[in-house]
Amino acid sequence: MSPLSRREFVAAGVAAGAGLVIGFYLPHKSGSHADSFSPNAYLRITPDNKVTIVVARSEMGQGVRTALPMILAEELEADWKQIEIEQAGASTLYGDQTTGGSASIRTTWDPMRKAGASAREMLISAAALTWNVPRSTCTAENSHIKHAATNRSLSYGELVARAATLPIPTDVTLKQSKDYKIVGQRLPRVDSPAKVKGEAIFGIDFRVPDMKFAALARCPTIGGKVAAFDDKESKKIPGVTYIGKISDSAVAVVAESVWGAMEGRRVLNVTWDEGPNKDLNTAAVMAALKQAASKKPANLFLAGDPAKAAGRKISAEYTLPFMAHAPMEPGNCTAHYQGSKCELWAPTQVPQDCRDSVATAIGLDPDQVKVNVTLMGGGFGRRLEHDYAVEAALVSKAINAPVKVIWTREDDMRFSTYRPASLHQLSATLDGSGTPIALTHRLIAPSISGQKGQPTPNGVDPDLPDEAGPVYGIPNYSVDYVMAETPVPLGWMRSVYALQAAFALESFIDELAVAAGKDPLQYRLKLLAKDQDLTYFTTTWHTARMRTVLQLAAEKSGWDKPLPVGHFRGVACFGCFASYMAEVVEITMENDQPRVHRVVAVVDCGQVVNPAILEQQIQGGIVYGLGNALRAKITIEKGRVVQGNFDDYAPLRMEETPAVEVYAVPTAEVPTGIGEPSVPPVAPALCNAIYAATKKRIRALPILS
Amino acid sequence: MADLTLRVNGSEKKVSVSPETPLLWVLRDTLELTGTKFGCGAGLCGACTVHVDGNPIRSCSTPVSQVAGKSVLTIEGLGANGLHVLQQAWIAEEVPQCGYCQTGQIMSAAALLAKTPQPTDEQITAAMNGNLCRCGTYERIRKAIHRAAGNGGAQ
Repeated sequence: MSPLSRREFVAAGVAAGAGLVIGFYLPHKSGSHADSFSPNAYLRITPDNKVTIVVARSEMGQGVRTALPMILAEELEADWKQIEIEQAGASTLYGDQTTGGSASIRTTWDPMRKAGASAREMLISAAALTWNVPRSTCTAENSHIKHAATNRSLSYGELVARAATLPIPTDVTLKQSKDYKIVGQRLPRVDSPAKVKGEAIFGIDFRVPDMKFAALARCPTIGGKVAAFDDKESKKIPGVTYIGKISDSAVAVVAESVWGAMEGRRVLNVTWDEGPNKDLNTAAVMAALKQAASKKPANLFLAGDPAKAAGRKISAEYTLPFMAHAPMEPGNCTAHYQGSKCELWAPTQVPQDCRDSVATAIGLDPDQVKVNVTLMGGGFGRRLEHDYAVEAALVSKAINAPVKVIWTREDDMRFSTYRPASLHQLSATLDGSGTPIALTHRLIAPSISGQKGQPTPNGVDPDLPDEAGPVYGIPNYSVDYVMAETPVPLGWMRSVYALQAAFALESFIDELAVAAGKDPLQYRLKLLAKDQDLTYFTTTWHTARMRTVLQLAAEKSGWDKPLPVGHFRGVACFGCFASYMAEVVEITMENDQPRVHRVVAVVDCGQVVNPAILEQQIQGGIVYGLGNALRAKITIEKGRVVQGNFDDYAPLRMEETPAVEVYAVPTAEVPTGIGEPSVPPVAPALCNAIYAATKKRIRALPILS
Repeated sequence: MADLTLRVNGSEKKVSVSPETPLLWVLRDTLELTGTKFGCGAGLCGACTVHVDGNPIRSCSTPVSQVAGKSVLTIEGLGANGLHVLQQAWIAEEVPQCGYCQTGQIMSAAALLAKTPQPTDEQITAAMNGNLCRCGTYERIRKAIHRAAGNGGAQ
């Protein structure tokens, strides 16, 4: 039995003919609760037997429009073909609508199931009342309630009017995993047909009648401003209708076509006040990290007392550069300002942030701003920002007409918010057998939230609790964090700080194994040998679960079997977003560069909702992570981002993509994150393979720098 | 501005645009065929791939004047009589994630199969290497091309 408080659900009102509507709340972050109950999702069953879930979880490729309805349909005993998801836009009526943090499944698992089960029970009650039979003799199946003894059946659509008059149950029994019919199945994604036909409407495709297009000239130096501009040449471009400064740092060129706007911007002559960072470069940023390392750290995790451990000491430092998300669809947003209101169509992970920041920027109340969420051509965290929405609203207000602001690839690369550069200082004390009896990891990086003026309680960036947790049972173990400062704009990029933390830790563990003369996978298993629960903020990590994952990775990769001549392997494991992940990377070296042939990825992410989507997420995360490891590097010269397009910031292409095998540990544990956990282990696993091949240790990413 | 006649997906289209306008923006803005995507503007990612007289080209870097009088095929015209075999294979192999690059991927693959009905892995890589995917769908793209070629997804 699962106790269901009344506070979790509301009957959302029953309009005539609307059928059964139940409102419920989906938290954004694991363990978080609404302060006052405000539903942010609705389940609607209409007399035509259709089931609709209205939910504000943005689809950016991760499959939420398929996976979330599967969870609810399972408990509802709904006909899968009759269920669909409806994208909710930003509303003051809704709770938090953020999509990110590998949270969509893990935070909606319970409320989605309970909502489905509640509706199911109400429909059973409605049928029992209709037939005047005991509830216990009625069963729900395939969007029908059946009464076997009399061979009667009513569809959900036929029952919703009566069900809507009944109270929402205060407790419901949820199904056991062995009885699942939908959850765990490789159901096809509902969005694929439109996407392969070119019919899917992404943000960049959305049109409003009489819409203009805008390109913005933004100050190329970080923190600089517009001093003056000369628009004489721009005005000569056919179709250019408006040129104007829309903020301290940007001039907008508006035209009848995208190309007109781009050309108008190309010939615009802007004089920039380059501002305080005009001499900033990457070397200065990295030097600032080094300087910050001696500041007093904030402790993230502590077991025992590492300072008191005696034995062989080993230390190493690792560094990582800034990186850019670079989703395939460049930034864009469509806005229509109409005096007392403004409507937006935004490819966004944060509709409410878009609403609020737009309202502030154009002087409206938040409830005068309507944000519609479009499909996104990738997100990876870039669309957790709202700069594109504010720009679009400002331009629309300036021209008093609907407009789409389009960023070019160079805009996206140079005016992004970047994964923070970081420095890691690790040290260990080994006993006589080479086992670490103490380990310390100091993570030095600027805080993303801190830079944005958001709370950083006790000097800890609020993302670190999901992304730098311990899994090894080392008796004296500390992880601490020093918040550095940088003027370079920071953002949450897929796996956020977990990528940095895993690269440093899992490379260092490999160094320790080498120093101990041990097999790196067996060495890790020894650190996981004893069952321990390691509490890290609100998550408890279990060595046993990571051990199982690593053992399965050893088995599936054939770790104990010899490789072909010239092939080498590396392993890494890491826990983040409450999931456990191990990866084995197999390479050859060609002209001093690694070629990755095969990656075996094993995950324990609890109950798998859709194995096909899980494989997509893990394969994709590994391709993304390999690109990060090999080449991703944003550098700063004279206060400007150097890289501009896919030639100097080059993601993985098909020729470099290995075969990725994905295995999930069979378990009925509560689902945990899957969008991001596959990214962090791949860089250290690759670097550890390179060490196996060359005896060269890579302590700074990217590998091909 | 210039008045140009294009043949797009089998139909004559008259457009009045600057002759140097990339074909991409004429397709997207003027003809409202938004299945062809903008990714890089520099011929580096392949999201804008269409066929001109049967050859795959990057429409973001092709002035529209160069295709006047030629036959342009976009994703909207590929499966004119229902889903193209590649589109079916894309669905069967669960290729798309965000889906943004996939129309360009399919157009590159269609050009490959038109000339090489039974491509090898090497031929697939050579034909598809110019198409970027940030979701990392490459291996499923490979399988889908094999499937469409009648190789049953074998490699």
